[in-house]
Amino acid sequence: MNAAGRIAQQHAGVAVRESLAGRRNRSVAAGIFLGYLLLSTVVGLIALAVLLVTILQDGLPYLDSMLFTNSPSANPERAGARPAIIASILVAVVLIATALPVAVGTAVYLEEFAPKGNRLIDLIELNIQNLAAVPSIIFGILGLAFLVRGIDLGPVLLAGALILGLQMLPTVIIASREALRAVPDSVRQGGMALGATRWQVVWREVLPAAIPGIATGSILGMSRAIGETAPLLMVGAATFVSFNPGLLTQYTVLPILIYQWIKLPQDMFQGLAAAAIIVLLVILVAMNGFAIWMRNRYERKW
Amino acid sequence: MEPTPETTTAAPPAGAPTGPGIATLTVEDRSPVDAVPLEQREVVFDCRGVGVRYNGKRALRDVDLRIHANAVTALIGPSGCGKSTFIRCLNRMNDLIPGASVDGEVAYHGENLYDPQVDPIEVRKRIGMVFQKPNPFPKSIYDNIAFGPRVLGMKDQLDDRVEQALRRAVLWDEVKDRLKEGALGLSGGQQQRLCIARALAVEPDVILMDEPCSALDPISTSAIEDLMLSLTDDYTVVIVTHNMQQAARVADMTAFFSVDQGETGARCGVLVEVDRTERIFTNPANERTEAYVTGRFG
Repeated sequence: MNAAGRIAQQHAGVAVRESLAGRRNRSVAAGIFLGYLLLSTVVGLIALAVLLVTILQDGLPYLDSMLFTNSPSANPERAGARPAIIASILVAVVLIATALPVAVGTAVYLEEFAPKGNRLIDLIELNIQNLAAVPSIIFGILGLAFLVRGIDLGPVLLAGALILGLQMLPTVIIASREALRAVPDSVRQGGMALGATRWQVVWREVLPAAIPGIATGSILGMSRAIGETAPLLMVGAATFVSFNPGLLTQYTVLPILIYQWIKLPQDMFQGLAAAAIIVLLVILVAMNGFAIWMRNRYERKW
Repeated sequence: MEPTPETTTAAPPAGAPTGPGIATLTVEDRSPVDAVPLEQREVVFDCRGVGVRYNGKRALRDVDLRIHANAVTALIGPSGCGKSTFIRCLNRMNDLIPGASVDGEVAYHGENLYDPQVDPIEVRKRIGMVFQKPNPFPKSIYDNIAFGPRVLGMKDQLDDRVEQALRRAVLWDEVKDRLKEGALGLSGGQQQRLCIARALAVEPDVILMDEPCSALDPISTSAIEDLMLSLTDDYTVVIVTHNMQQAARVADMTAFFSVDQGETGARCGVLVEVDRTERIFTNPANERTEAYVTGRFG
């Protein structure tokens, strides 16, 4: 670069510096806003940290193998959470076997096959959106009326799991639809242009491409259901179960056991409740962590 | 379309087909099939009064066009002239667009594709399509090619079929050692040749290409153009292109589409002229065609 050019550039540099100085007011506003954003984030983090620390303090001393092997007992020295842990796992299995296929099927139909602009379809879509906003206790009432009494299933694990599945449906349907929508139309067109039927294209290309998103949504929906209490109280989950539950027996799940223990007067039960909360938290964090790992691992850039 | 500097220098006005930069092969230069004059070859598509409406709004009207076997027919014209809309009529891809309706008759080897008896799935088996943006499936190279044969039940000797299709699309040597790798890892030009190979694997009769090179660099474009020319030995090729030089380089026949503005201001695509490519670019019958190919319009 020649000398004249360099001088011109220095002049330009001065002009730029002056014009930049004029922006200070705006950067103050930006700073305030940034501070506010940071503060908002910190509030959430602090609340979470306080909760975790208290729970760990209360619960860790009680977190021993007895919690996993023993049944609940009136004697806090011998009380464990085994039936509740087993029931929670069983609930998860029932959710995978029932709610998941229904939700994914619904999503595939609505996204890939349903006629656009059809009144009935629009109504169904509206309902699914609304269903996601229904309070969980209402699902409990529904379960009580239809499953426990209506078809006389009684207050058994299957009834509770089914109602949790129903509650989980809208979340998983919406997440699955998002995942299907993220598969570009060019994939469908490419398949159809080869003489494949719509079904073949969906089954062989679109659905596999959407699986990571569907799985992520499903796990998040399930982890919410596993931590749910209110609807199960409504459908008659027992609070004291000392035997290993089956699908058609009475049952209690971890959140309900925790709820029960906290109500008891002895201090030791408070500690046990905290320990059970740790177990529940670990399960939920593990599920969410798996969902996040899966999303990052299989996320595709189109 | 704004002509790029490169194309303006390559194309003299009313571009002489044998002029510098335009390597238009004359019909006789090519393989034995080409010995038959174009007009005497079998008519693959005989379109009469073809029009398309999207939600009742007319996008294309009154297209009368014959497309001959074992030749490349190029559809050119300014944006919005309905050339992509038209090519999608030829394998009933417009059926997949909600609100699209096609009128007129598209006779394919004498059979109207829009006859109620005709199954669009069967149509698309015979008339393959390659899209503007390469759209490989998010799976391995092998599985991309094998998809068509698998869904159509052509499962015998699948490996051979895949190899043949890749060889035909001049991609085999580049990918033979990594057939199990993901197709999305290929370059854009390779992806587009993969999509062509995918279309070839189901042994179609016609290959439709909707601006197959518009997303590709010049070298990949040149590879695809060479491929198009070699495909006419066995296939009938129809391409939509924005690039007039490309039409001049590869097409035997060129159809020029344009936009008519009605009295109400509604714009609608029409077919202005179709002829041998040399004539369209040197001595078109219609002055609108001349204005377009010389760059005075569009």
